[in-house]
Amino acid sequence: MNKKTKTPLIHITKRDALPWYKSWGIRAAAILLALIVCSVITTTMTGENPLQVYATIFNGSFGSPRKVWVLLQNIAMLLCIALAVTPAFKMRFWNIGGEGQVLAGALAAAACMICLRDTLPNALVIVCMCVSSILAGALWGFIPAYFKAKYNTNETLFTLMMNYVAMQLVAYFVIVWENPKGSGQIGIINQSTEIGWFPQIGSYKYLLNILIVAVVTILMYFYLNYTKHGYEIAVVGESERTARYVGIKVDKVIVRTMILSGAVCGLCGLLLVGSTNHTLTTSIADGRGFTAVMVSWLAKFNPIWMIFTSFLLVFLSRGAGEISTAFGLNQSFSEILTGIILFFIIGSEFFITYKINFRKSAGKEVASHV
Amino acid sequence: MFDFVSFIPRAIVQGIPLLFGSTGETLTEKSGNLNLGIPGIMYVGGICGVIGAFLYEHSVPAPGALNPFLAVCIPLLSSLLGSLLMGLLYCFLTVTLRANQNVTGLAMTTFGVGFGNFFGGSLIKLSGADVPSIALSRTSAFFSASLPFSGKLGWFGKIFLSYGFLAYTAVILAFVCAYILRRTRIGLQLRAVGENPNTADAAGINVTKYKYVATCAGSMIAGLGGLYYVMDYACGVWSNNGFGDRGWLAIALVIFTVWRPNIGVFASFLFGGLYILHMFIPSGMNLAVKELYKMLPYVITILVLVIVSMQKKRENDPPASLGLSYFREER
Repeated sequence: MNKKTKTPLIHITKRDALPWYKSWGIRAAAILLALIVCSVITTTMTGENPLQVYATIFNGSFGSPRKVWVLLQNIAMLLCIALAVTPAFKMRFWNIGGEGQVLAGALAAAACMICLRDTLPNALVIVCMCVSSILAGALWGFIPAYFKAKYNTNETLFTLMMNYVAMQLVAYFVIVWENPKGSGQIGIINQSTEIGWFPQIGSYKYLLNILIVAVVTILMYFYLNYTKHGYEIAVVGESERTARYVGIKVDKVIVRTMILSGAVCGLCGLLLVGSTNHTLTTSIADGRGFTAVMVSWLAKFNPIWMIFTSFLLVFLSRGAGEISTAFGLNQSFSEILTGIILFFIIGSEFFITYKINFRKSAGKEVASHV
Repeated sequence: MFDFVSFIPRAIVQGIPLLFGSTGETLTEKSGNLNLGIPGIMYVGGICGVIGAFLYEHSVPAPGALNPFLAVCIPLLSSLLGSLLMGLLYCFLTVTLRANQNVTGLAMTTFGVGFGNFFGGSLIKLSGADVPSIALSRTSAFFSASLPFSGKLGWFGKIFLSYGFLAYTAVILAFVCAYILRRTRIGLQLRAVGENPNTADAAGINVTKYKYVATCAGSMIAGLGGLYYVMDYACGVWSNNGFGDRGWLAIALVIFTVWRPNIGVFASFLFGGLYILHMFIPSGMNLAVKELYKMLPYVITILVLVIVSMQKKRENDPPASLGLSYFREER
């Protein structure tokens, strides 16, 4: 009988863990490819020489001291939210509500600045802001976590909806507190008295934020890797049944982790209102809640690597923004470029996790069957 | 007295894009893919239709010389093509390359919204107008043409017959999808893929094929929502970010309808009504309260989500493998 066995052309198998330099090599190759594609697209759109395009990208982040500070500030804020969502992701709780948790924190901070400015001294206002915005963020994280723990409600969709609830709440208060009346925005809060403004370190407006986030990064690294809580999170993420079997109270871990996640997001909202913008808008989180998901995931939930991934994303989006202004393109062009780069990075993960085995050449196959 | 005769048609018109989006997303989610790129896909569907219509309108110089058939078909096909490509991209990344669906979806949304706004902005520049939007009123007229006698039937005509053909398409598509999902073999196999791809694979169902087809078809349906919004609801005027967060609302609607497109027909009109309720509620000079009314669709979705999960009825659960990539050799 000459029964022909059919072998598929490619066979995909899971890899063992790759050494870190190889996996980062694959990611670097993906980014390189993405940059080439982006420059091809930009060149066809504008007719500029591709090298000029790269120079412009670089210029967008490092062109002047001010740009470097803005870059660092943006990295710090993005990193802060990414750190916040990471513990939740590690236990497979898809918290895409970072946006809403940041807004809740920002709203609480702004509320303290506006409502307490005439009654309390500056230092106390700042203390109230810190406490209330962290609590507000934590509350926003607690609500979906409670229902997830108790009734297994889908958290991705719940946190997504909570974003819009927070956004409309902010929109409501923006109109309540609008200044001047009828302008539809709050403007700079306490511009003359500077009550509730965080102190500046020297002449560097953003330094305080960056330092705080640096501390949070280190704390989060230790929390996830060297504490009992961090271990419990990892076990719940790997297998909920195992966690239950070894006596971890899964419900408690979920709620506790989400409270932490929301609290750190609230802290980010606090920094945005108290230290950076001194105002409240519905777009204060600026889509970072979603970008942070990617930062955290690309870094494989490792807080130290997140510094690099958030740098990468901020660098690219600022570069893409610079391209669109320099070449007179619409600002949305940067979103297209960011999207393309993300697709490449997302796609490259496949080659890190899986190995492609091509079919051995047909001659050998026959020989082995004989 | 609450003015129902003018409220209901406006609620329905608001609801149609959501209905397209949620029907598409339901189909996608039934195959186990949680496509958070739907908002982006709806933008792409809208702008591709606009590009098609723009090119066609500008290739026909004389006003009134548009061929009605081409004027409808060109935007329709380009919109379908654009959203199909987005669907293929999503499938390639999540099904073939097994990337994380949440991350891919969010990236698609970033890309799609950017794509829509970029080309919208560029077309505005091309058309040389100083307004921040482009108007394709001639094409739009074909899309929003309603039955000629609908105006003569009073309130009945206004509530039931005053819409363009895409609105009826949305309703029909939703019922067809519901029928396919519940009553046909293909639907049964599709649901099997979404519930438990391992079992489906063992039963000889081509998991990859089902995921690809369902997700691409879902994207194309969702893309039509964008097209309807631009061509009919907005009278052919593309304005950047005009579509807003309706894409997310469509995803909310999927949960609200517990993954049943036939419920989606009524739910989407309800959502459309909630979306514009703030314009009909007399709140006097207090603009702030209107912002709270806009919260309603989201709050109600959360409530439904919670209630459904409390009931623990298995037929109301999300597809069991929703959001997970399938790798045959992983056990």
